[in-house]
Amino acid sequence: MRVLDDVSFIIDHGLMVGVVGPNGAGKTTLFNAILGLISPTYGSIRIHGLPFSEMRGELAYVPQQEKVNWRFPLTASDVVMLGRQRKIGWVRRPSNEDKQIVSSCLEKVGLSERGLDLVTNLSGGQRQRLFIARALAQEAHTLLLDEAFSGVDVASQEGLIEILQSLTNEGKTVLIATHDLTNLAKRFDLVLCLNQHVCALGPPSESFTPAVLAELYGAHGMSLINETGKP
Amino acid sequence: MDNIINLLFDPLQYGFMLRALAVSILIGIICPVIGSYVVIRGLAFMGDAIAHAILPGLVIGFLIGVSPVVSAIPVGILIAFLIGYLSRKTGLSEDTSIGILFAGLFAFGLILLSLFKSVRINLSDILLGQVLGVSQNDIMITGLLVIIVLITLIAFHKELVFAGFDPQGASIIGLPTNLLDYLLLGLTAVVIVISIQAVGVILVMAMLVTPAATAYLLARNFKIMMLIGPIIGIIATSLGLYSSFYWNIPSGPAMTLATVALFTLTVVFKRMIRN
Repeated sequence: MRVLDDVSFIIDHGLMVGVVGPNGAGKTTLFNAILGLISPTYGSIRIHGLPFSEMRGELAYVPQQEKVNWRFPLTASDVVMLGRQRKIGWVRRPSNEDKQIVSSCLEKVGLSERGLDLVTNLSGGQRQRLFIARALAQEAHTLLLDEAFSGVDVASQEGLIEILQSLTNEGKTVLIATHDLTNLAKRFDLVLCLNQHVCALGPPSESFTPAVLAELYGAHGMSLINETGKP
Repeated sequence: MDNIINLLFDPLQYGFMLRALAVSILIGIICPVIGSYVVIRGLAFMGDAIAHAILPGLVIGFLIGVSPVVSAIPVGILIAFLIGYLSRKTGLSEDTSIGILFAGLFAFGLILLSLFKSVRINLSDILLGQVLGVSQNDIMITGLLVIIVLITLIAFHKELVFAGFDPQGASIIGLPTNLLDYLLLGLTAVVIVISIQAVGVILVMAMLVTPAATAYLLARNFKIMMLIGPIIGIIATSLGLYSSFYWNIPSGPAMTLATVALFTLTVVFKRMIRN
């Protein structure tokens, strides 16, 4: 079964890109392919012109909340330290420099007070910020966030977007998969509309034509989006 | 005061009690450490299955005359591999694969036991443990294995935690998560085999899960949980051993009840503090 077909696109660095499409559109599959978890049957994926195997560590991933074992009694600092794994290497312990990087990454996402708190006790929005901090600690230049805004209230969504915008301003690339268009679409520099194939790629104002929206969400979805104000 | 000291030291004039205490302490240390992963990653059923499926390995050990600890460990590790392999290749859920191997290998062990009547082993010792029968040699092997498991867990702590907390994230940055899972299961199998000496096949799950769960209730984070666990484990196994000596009750069940008692006390204690 083909989940994704005819998906060709190029994205410049330093942009915030929304990967938009309904559930089952293949957003997660696309991310898994970019992250090297599955390999495409045909074609290739290059990052800065290089295959994934040479770019490992340059990509950071903010997972869907349910993919993580929240029972693990780790502190916020512990989780951010996981981002240092590649730099520290197998078996070796974190150095003082690693610890400093961790605390400055926590500060950047506004969690410096919560370093010793268990992840179980963080809210949905704080957990997302924590994983962004982990991505920062990894010193990755591309961030992929899968449904980062589900289970996060609107105020926290704003906070997340601001943090991500400061990252794109530093030249990092951010890809966000989302099925929810209502609040966010206009905040992206680019949207990649995906429904088994690429329906459109461009600035939100140009991409969300009635034809594209119908292809993404069907006639029903179109009316839904129009009622809540066209993004 | 003298009474308490006598109570503690009198039994140790017997060599079998001294040896039993040594093995009990070693098991008390290692079970909660590996048990922390078992509890947090939800591997209790897996642990129980490894314990039962190990039976053929134990019987073969008795047959060819090597320490059952030595003969059962390869079997335990093999089972851990088989469970992962079966669920990956057949698409069956992991607990179904566990159920099939668990019952199948346990039955095979029972049949082996009945076929070779020449082997003088007591089935109830295997099922319920017999810590009072351990030899000097058993202590040496147990001690060595405890050290190996501890060193491995300390060395790969970072990686094991990453793979358990966020397996996808771990494989994206290039950690071999399958291999790490097998390592963890292999170490769990080792700990189960050495614990069977004390508490037997049926109750080994209690040693693996209960002290670690007690530590989970008391600890602030994973590292502290792994440090508190052994203290609870040593108290529980020693308490069980002494009660077995003084009240003439089987040692495995006594240790198990001691761990459950400590767990219950902790739950009650936590509730009282909260109110």
